[in-house]
Amino acid sequence: MATSVEAQITGSVWKIEKAAGDEVREGDVIMILESMKMEIPVEAPVSGRLSEIRVAEGQSIDEGAVLAVIG
Amino acid sequence: MCGYARDPARRLALRPRAPRATSQRVLRRVLIANRGEIARRVIRACRDLGVETVAVYSEADAGAPFVREADAAFPIGPSPARDSYLNAPALLVALKESGADAVHPGYGFLSENAAFADAVRDAGAIFVGPPASAIRAMGDKAAARRLMREAGVPVTPGTGLLGDADAAVAAAETLGYPVMVKASAGGGGIGMVPCEDEAQLRRGFASAVGRAQASFGNGAVYLERLVHGARHVEIQIAADAHGAVVHLFERECSVQRRHQKVIEEAPAPNLAPAVRDAMGDAALRAARAIGYRNVGTLEFLLAPSGEFYFMEMNTRLQVEHPVTEWTTGVDLVQLQLRLAAGEPLGLAQADLAQTGHAIELRLYAEDPARGFLPSPGEVTRLVWPSGADVRVDAGIEQGSKVTPFYDPLLAKLIVRGETREAAIGRGREALRTLSVEGVKTNAPLLARVLADPAFFRGEVSIHYLSRLLEQKQG
Repeated sequence: MATSVEAQITGSVWKIEKAAGDEVREGDVIMILESMKMEIPVEAPVSGRLSEIRVAEGQSIDEGAVLAVIG
Repeated sequence: MCGYARDPARRLALRPRAPRATSQRVLRRVLIANRGEIARRVIRACRDLGVETVAVYSEADAGAPFVREADAAFPIGPSPARDSYLNAPALLVALKESGADAVHPGYGFLSENAAFADAVRDAGAIFVGPPASAIRAMGDKAAARRLMREAGVPVTPGTGLLGDADAAVAAAETLGYPVMVKASAGGGGIGMVPCEDEAQLRRGFASAVGRAQASFGNGAVYLERLVHGARHVEIQIAADAHGAVVHLFERECSVQRRHQKVIEEAPAPNLAPAVRDAMGDAALRAARAIGYRNVGTLEFLLAPSGEFYFMEMNTRLQVEHPVTEWTTGVDLVQLQLRLAAGEPLGLAQADLAQTGHAIELRLYAEDPARGFLPSPGEVTRLVWPSGADVRVDAGIEQGSKVTPFYDPLLAKLIVRGETREAAIGRGREALRTLSVEGVKTNAPLLARVLADPAFFRGEVSIHYLSRLLEQKQG
């Protein structure tokens, strides 16, 4: 079953650390968001294969936006 | 929005009753290259001196109070800071178009950018700050340590720039662990990594170099010995163009979270008068050694033994300047403008004294319940505390949108009392009155600190807040 990885905050995508197709383990950092000059790492909630990255570096995102999909 | 609301006939020369040396210039119109609470603070100081103000603003700030309150306002670009408040060419265009004769950089953004200071002066305007040479001298942290040592200002035992992790490990054996890896171009804690042993140092070295390279385009790092139980105590200085330098005593800034100051106060609690005097003298030596002008701050680490060490100099106005203003009676922003115009200091060290006690509480848009995650949003309801002993320096008003583009500082609540205990009491009352809805704030943390017995006793160090946060709330 696919698991959506959602943004915890409103901000922008600073750096994407993984690519679609990568195997990730729970807790791995998939990307780093930026908001109010703070960096907020987005960790994989479950282990599995990253089927999709839905955002690009520099893109603005709202809290709750789906950033990536695992599985 | 570009018109000047004020009648040109009401433009006053800056403090006309002061004797005017030939090097003095008259400030008529100041462009404020900043935003939020500090832009409003500079506007107030300019008004007090009869000087016109020009705001510059990004797309995100188009409706902000500081834009409305300035006499004129110029858009300078899209919301991200690099496209607007860090966009020197756009600021220089606004400078020219507005006819401003000076630029106040505030803090952060381009305030410590020597090339920007040069560009402002090359455009024929006054940069409200020190000479670019002083900014450069203090901007390179490793070179600044060397300069300070030569000037007789104590620095933490440390190294010069290190080529690789092996060199760092060899240097750490001589220095003794724990050590801190620091980025030479650093600031705000970026690129700083504490290391307890060789394994941590090898990992920390690589991480600090990477962070420094990514953040400052300069991966140069060095080591300093970590001082246990240290406090962050800083000295405010002011210098004119005629060779006069004074200090305006200290601020205690140990209550920090991730190198971000949260609560500051003056005077520093439990500070021996001899240590205060020695820190003041060291700050004066430092200022003279680099030919400093305008206001600036020497940050020191104060060890429990009373020994203190230079950390860095901030060649600009500090966020926490109000606690100095409320204990010395000196308006530091007006002083900046007067000094920038070439006026003599007009203050002797013997004229200055600390009276009463002032505490600044920084209100951040952060959610303490979610690990202090940033909390952008719209401020739907806002009630500020008020009273003769409460000052609110705020960037927001009810209805303001707090965007994710800039730092999370919403406002500073400054309280004062005849004694530290009275000031703490006023701070607690101020927080009880404060109400912010729509964005989450760190107000519960501020209240927790003011209710903490160790804080009340003045028992703080730079680790105070992280330890408080580790304790169970009860």
